[in-house]
Amino acid sequence: MKTYFINSIRFVLLILVQVLILNHFEIFGYINPYIYPLLIILLPFNINSIQKLFLAFALGICLDFFEDSGGIHAAATLVIAYLRPLFLRNAFGLSYDYQTLKFYDAPFKSRFVYVSLMVLLHHTILFSLEIFSVNHLLYLFEKIVYSSIFSIILILITLNLIRKTSK
Amino acid sequence: MQQIILFLIKNKTGLVFIILMTIALGLTFKAHTYHNSKVVSSANFVTGNVLETSEGISQYFGLKTQNEILAEENEVLRKKLLNLSPSEDTLEPKLDFITDTLYRIQKSTVVSNYYDKIDNFLLIKGGVKDSIKEDLGVISSKGIVGIIENVSQEFSRVISILNTNTSINAQLKKTNHFGTLTWDGKNPNILSLVDVPRSAPVKVGDTITTGGRSLIFPENVPIGIISKYELDENVGYYNISVKLFNDMTNLKHVYVIENTRREEAYKLLNPEQP
Repeated sequence: MKTYFINSIRFVLLILVQVLILNHFEIFGYINPYIYPLLIILLPFNINSIQKLFLAFALGICLDFFEDSGGIHAAATLVIAYLRPLFLRNAFGLSYDYQTLKFYDAPFKSRFVYVSLMVLLHHTILFSLEIFSVNHLLYLFEKIVYSSIFSIILILITLNLIRKTSK
Repeated sequence: MQQIILFLIKNKTGLVFIILMTIALGLTFKAHTYHNSKVVSSANFVTGNVLETSEGISQYFGLKTQNEILAEENEVLRKKLLNLSPSEDTLEPKLDFITDTLYRIQKSTVVSNYYDKIDNFLLIKGGVKDSIKEDLGVISSKGIVGIIENVSQEFSRVISILNTNTSINAQLKKTNHFGTLTWDGKNPNILSLVDVPRSAPVKVGDTITTGGRSLIFPENVPIGIISKYELDENVGYYNISVKLFNDMTNLKHVYVIENTRREEAYKLLNPEQP
């Protein structure tokens, strides 16, 4: 019950932060950081996978409503939610397999790898679907790389901030 | 049968993923074709009100510049009005545009504005209640903004000129050679005007306005000036970069324009439709 409550609060909060604050960021004109994948990143590791997919779809489609972008956020968020176990295993190794993983006890390097993989995949799908044309490959590549850097930094900082307050 | 059900239960995660992914991709592909992207739209009650509240707070930070823009516009309109002195003999034809209300104009404010994507949309206040309809033009005091695409009770979604799906008829102010105005998705200040014939006298610094072949915008609404051009020798058409008068990144007060004769003209152009 507590998990549902925490995640609903996070859901609303992340959407509001994304839409009302971060979408007004125009670093160098075209870089827009995204923080909302944090919800998927922070989901409990033993969550029911079907619930997880529906949650990811709902989160993405809400962003799409605000940004008038069709279904690109929904698609990108769905893919990272579906492939999350793979990334978790890659980043945290055995402790994930044995279900003994504590997110904040893991070394920073593992967390960094996990967050980076999730954000990079999310942004790659998001911007490929948004631009949707092979005429802009260089532009697409730039946008993915620069936006990912900012999003990863932002999410890692937020992760540390949440941890401090919940102690 | 049992095997099928067992298979379904075993792979339920994958199946849910595929179903949801199909919906998401379907919406994405629809959104990439103009006039089909109406399923997921910010012109609804919840998103409209959230964005309006946020805009209501942040608009205070832009009051000074917005006031200057409005004062500038007032100055231009005053000048025009004073020059229409009633003593002149040519009064009648000049007043034509006042007595003959071909265009209905309505003010509105921008609620949300995107300009950093490939396909951008704006959300403006006013919807069905304010008799705003689809396919009306939206302009600001300095130039064109976009075309209304989707209307709810209180909000309207505008397909921005900064959208790779828009194409607007535009012409050279001097000679009336016309072409199509499109956006390549990169710089929010530069649009490109294509299909201008070789015979047109193109020069850097010339003004581009809307053309009269559009049923949406009035003729001679300013758009921008030519910043550079090149002639495509293979097809014999110019490819012109147009620098906008309008700052698309800083919009607040806009006007919705309705051509009251549009339906009449449309019927004449498409007689076979009922």
